[in-house]
Order: sequence, then C-alpha cells, then structure tokens
Amino acid sequence: MTGPLLSLSGLTVDFSVGDGVVHAVRGVDLDVNHGEVVGLVGESGSGKSVTMLGLLGLLAPNARVGGSALFDGTEILGLTGKPLRALRGGRIGMIFQDPMTSLNPVLTIGRQLAEAIEAHQPTLTGKRVRARVQELLEMVSIPNAAERIAAYPHELSGGMRQRVVIAMALANEPELLIADEPTTALDVTIQAQILDVLADLRQRTNTAMVIITHDLGLVAGVADRVNVMYAGRVVERAEVDEIFHKHQHPYTAGLLRCLPRLDRRGIDLDPIGGAPPRLDRLPEGCAFAPRCRAAIDECLVRDPMLRMVGASVVACHRAPDAVASLTGAGA
Amino acid sequence: MTGSTSEGVLPGEVQTGSETPLLRVRDLVKSFPVRGGVGRRGKSFVQAVAGVSFDLSRGETLSLVGESGCGKSTTARCVVRILDPTSGSVEFDGIDLNGLSADDLRRSRRRFQMVFQDPQASLNPRMTIGQTLSEPLHIHGVDPAESRDRIRELMSLVQLRDGDLDRYPHQFSGGQRQRIGIVRALVLRPELIALDEPVSALDVSIQAEIIRLLERLRDQFGLAYLFIAHDLSVVRHLSDQVAVMYLGTIVESGSNSDVYDNSAHPYTQALLAAAPIPDPRIERTRPRIVLAGDPPSPINPPTGCRFRTRCWKAQPRCAEEEPVLADPGIGHLVACHYPEASNVITSRPDRPIGGAL
Repeated sequence: MTGPLLSLSGLTVDFSVGDGVVHAVRGVDLDVNHGEVVGLVGESGSGKSVTMLGLLGLLAPNARVGGSALFDGTEILGLTGKPLRALRGGRIGMIFQDPMTSLNPVLTIGRQLAEAIEAHQPTLTGKRVRARVQELLEMVSIPNAAERIAAYPHELSGGMRQRVVIAMALANEPELLIADEPTTALDVTIQAQILDVLADLRQRTNTAMVIITHDLGLVAGVADRVNVMYAGRVVERAEVDEIFHKHQHPYTAGLLRCLPRLDRRGIDLDPIGGAPPRLDRLPEGCAFAPRCRAAIDECLVRDPMLRMVGASVVACHRAPDAVASLTGAGA
Repeated sequence: MTGSTSEGVLPGEVQTGSETPLLRVRDLVKSFPVRGGVGRRGKSFVQAVAGVSFDLSRGETLSLVGESGCGKSTTARCVVRILDPTSGSVEFDGIDLNGLSADDLRRSRRRFQMVFQDPQASLNPRMTIGQTLSEPLHIHGVDPAESRDRIRELMSLVQLRDGDLDRYPHQFSGGQRQRIGIVRALVLRPELIALDEPVSALDVSIQAEIIRLLERLRDQFGLAYLFIAHDLSVVRHLSDQVAVMYLGTIVESGSNSDVYDNSAHPYTQALLAAAPIPDPRIERTRPRIVLAGDPPSPINPPTGCRFRTRCWKAQPRCAEEEPVLADPGIGHLVACHYPEASNVITSRPDRPIGGAL
C-alpha cells in the first residue's frame, strides 16, 4: 500500500504507418494512488486513450510500446499470455466509450458477466457465479436485476448497457478501473446516473479509477487529480482545484477559455487558434509553442520537461509567468 | 390534441408585439411509420414531433434542446422542409410553406438553409469545395460572376483561402469542413439558418472557433438561427430564446435567463442539474438531481404528462391530464401541473470565479 498502484514512467507508443512513424505517446509519467480518481484529459489525438490501451497491450500490431508501467510494483509492459489476461479484467477493469461494441450481441448479459467471472475464478460453482452476476447487476443499480440477467444487449437502453459494462469491469473486484470516455455516448441525464454509479462504487469499494475524457466539466465533478495531455505528453498535472483555478500551462488555460459555461452567460470565448501538430512531424521544442501566445524563442528550440511550479507539475519554460502573460494578450 | 396551443402566449410574441415573426410554427406534428418486426402485423406510427409551436424573430436565436429522440432535429428538418410535416403549420415571413407549390417552395428555400452536425457526411467527397458551394447558386439562377464574388467573400469571412476551392473535403480538418458547411448555407443569403448540432462533433478549441464565427455572422448578416443542440452550455452561450423538448413536445420555453435562471419544469431542472460545470468548487456544492430510468419509447408515450414516468413530483393527475404549455405566472411557458420556478444551476448567487478565467 505504500507506493502508487500504477506508475507510468517514460511511456511511449509509436505506430509505424507506411514509411513514417507516428509518435502518439511521447514519454508519459503518471501515477495513480490507491483509491484515487485520476482524470486524463485532452483533445482528439492527444494520446490519452492510447496511453492506457498501450499499457494494457490492447493496441494494433503496428504499435510499439516503450518505457515502464509498474502495477503494484510489478512491471506489466511486455506481459503476454496468461499473466496479461489475468491482469486485464482481473486486477484492472476496463470500461470503453461505446457499450454496444463492448458487449457481445448474441449472448445474454448474464452469460457475458458469468464468463467474465469464470475466466478469473474458474473454481467457483455455477450457483455462486449466478449469485455474483445478480449481485453485480444490483451494484450498478439495474432495476429488476434477476429478470435482466436473461436480456440481450439490444434489449437494453444505452445507459443500461453501460451499467452492464461497468458491472463486467467490476466482476473480479479490480483495484484499478480504467474508464475511457464512459459517458460520452450517453445523454446528460443518463450521464448523471452513470457518474452516480461510479461515485457510489468508489465509496463502497475504494477502487482507484482513471477517467479518460475530453470533457473538462466532467473531470471537475469526479476527479481528485487531473493530467492534461497535449500531443502525446502530459503537459500539466495537479489536484483538481488547482487545474481549474491555479493552472500553470498555457494550454490548460486555453482549454478553459474555450468553454461556454452553463452558469454564466455572455462570457468571451477565446479559441486557442491553430491546430495540434502532426504526430509524425513534430516541431522542435515545445509541441504547443506554435499555438502559444506566451511562447518565447526558447520554446521553439527546447522541449520543456515537467517540473514543479506552484501546486502544479507543468511542462512549460515560462511557468509561473506564462498564464499571467496570457491575460493581457487575450481578447 | 396537444399541450401546446395556438392560443397560448408564445415567447416570440412577447418579444415582438404585433410584428410578424420570421418563423411561426404551430402544432407541428411529424409521424413516422414503424416497421413491424418478425410476426408483427399492421402498421404503427411514432410521433417524433407531437404538436410543437414556437415563434422566431428576425436576427434572433432560438435553441431547441433536449436529449436523443426528443424530436428537436426532426422539428428543424420540418421547418426547412427536408421533411414534410404530418400536420400543423410552418409560416415563414407570413407565408404558409404547406400551401406552396413545389416550385414556389424551391424558390423560398434560398431564404432558409441548414447546417448539419457531421461536416464529413454532409459534403460530397467527389466534388471540390468550389463545386459544392456554387451548386446552390446555380440552382437558384445566380449568375456565375456574382456567384464567384459571393463565394470569395464568404470564404474569406470564415478564414478559408481561395485556393481551397479546388480542394476536396477530405483535405480539410473537421473545423474547416464545418466552416465550409456554413458557407454553403450562407451563399444564398438566407434569413434563417437551422443549425443541427453544428459543434458537437468538434474538439473544444475548434468548437469555440465555430461558435465565435456563428456569432459574428449572425451580427453581420442579421441572421436568425434555429439552433439544435444537446449541450446546455453551448445553448446558454448562443441563444436568445430556449425551448426544452421531451418526447416530441416542448415542456418549457422562454428567454435564455427564464430557462436557465428560473426553470420551472422538473425535466428542465434535471437537465440543468446534470450538465457539468468546469469548476470543481461549484460541482461539489451544487444541487444534484438524478432522474430514475430512461426516456420511454415515443412509439408508446405515457398517458397524460409524457415526463411523469421519470418525474419525482408526479401525482395521479399527471397520468390523466396532459399539462398545457402555459405561463404559470412566472413570465414564461411551462407544461407542468406542479411548476416551481428556481435556479438549479447554482443555489448560491453569482460570485466571481478565481484563477485565470
């Protein structure tokens, strides 16, 4: 219980594509402590999903994963076969965005849940497995769980399907739950239900979670700590309050200034401008520099390392002055 | 037959007095046949839009919000006549579109246009951008020289280059493709644009650019927008008027601040309470409303109030009597037997938010 539950250092993922290489993840350091909810946020292509898929060995064969990923002190990169399968769905549970594609359409949800349990606990009797299936469905608040066991995925709504996926991820009492955009495909009132289920589970089981999302509003409500990713790197990490109120990276500031607010009208949206770099042709220096209003010459030639500034760990040469310098430059 | 009546005071009318609104929709209904499954006989219908009425004035933005299947997109499609309404009327600038001949309808079309959610799917991949943009002008008989000028002017307004006209959709980013979709809607100089989730497929930084662009174009050309979205923060940012839809009907409508700061329908309140706010301090303290269950099937909607099966306030009366969209004395319209106006977004007064924001 002393060290972090999951500890990534220098994690890289490269994809060979044609005659080039796409550097999708470029050295991610990230810790997840026991019982903690960590948000991994970023826009499309920032590497947030690929990071997690990479450490679980779930990427296509043209991906090369490097660096190190310690789970409970043991290196898990390079695991194959039985030990890898024991980990996935066992000590580490996964939830993906689209519940329809994560469920088998021709098996009942009861059968699929039973499979998830039996794969990791082959000695359980059928009776015990059935009881556990029902218990799991109740845990994620599926009404009439006893009847729903016989339902096929298409007979359930999107929200109910995502509950089944969560139940499946929890089947073997994982220590870590990785949720990749778990509510993105759902309507907002259903999202609220699913977040409720996750919050409840966290209270009862003390499972650590990594929530991968593009939605900063969602992160504000669920995460303890937040990692902001840009172009394959973590560019800022801090406690959730600090990310929103005392962030140090111009990209974090830029993301927050892009957001329309439910609670305030007439704010000035301030788009970042430009586009993220192509990951097969990264600029020298800081990957964000070409879009950064705080950039100085150094940013264009030298890639900043993560360092502690204020309450953040941030990769920016100009921190702690970077964000303050934007306020004048905006509008 | 439905909650929204022609007699009720509608939000647009409150704003504009006797002036004819640009768009006047009354008791709009759109049903689709439901194919029977194996062994199912007879034809049944689903009412995607079940009697919707609203007004939209020139230069104003009215947003229709609601979750999947509430009928917001179908309503917009009936307004711009991509779909033919089953019943009800859509008047554009005082002209009932139902009464028009096919030719007249086609001629009117230049005055109302549409922008779609997925710019990838709404641009023909085998046509250059130039061809795509000049097609509507050609159809409406605008002469080629004038067409070229208009396209050039709009391209520069949305920050695309003339050279881009010779390129194909796949050569553009998602944000650029949406700019092209907006230019296509604008080339005929419409007065109304229906925007169906125009920013929901885009990353936040690109989304902000498109929102800003839409605001600028609205001001420059005096456009009215019928804005369809599920993102309540985007809607708050862009709208003058807001109508909240649930299972094919409008359950609450009013001005932006009526609906956001003083909502009275339980469904509106649940939606607002569920939408995240990017501020952890507010998130920790704001009131939470978690609705039970899923929206029922529109094929077989509940009797009485359509929302009652998920409503924490439902009484026997709600199952028997469909509530009418009317003003319960709070200055805007609510379809609920037990409306209670309150600000559910934040229970506390507005206060400055710290940090660099």
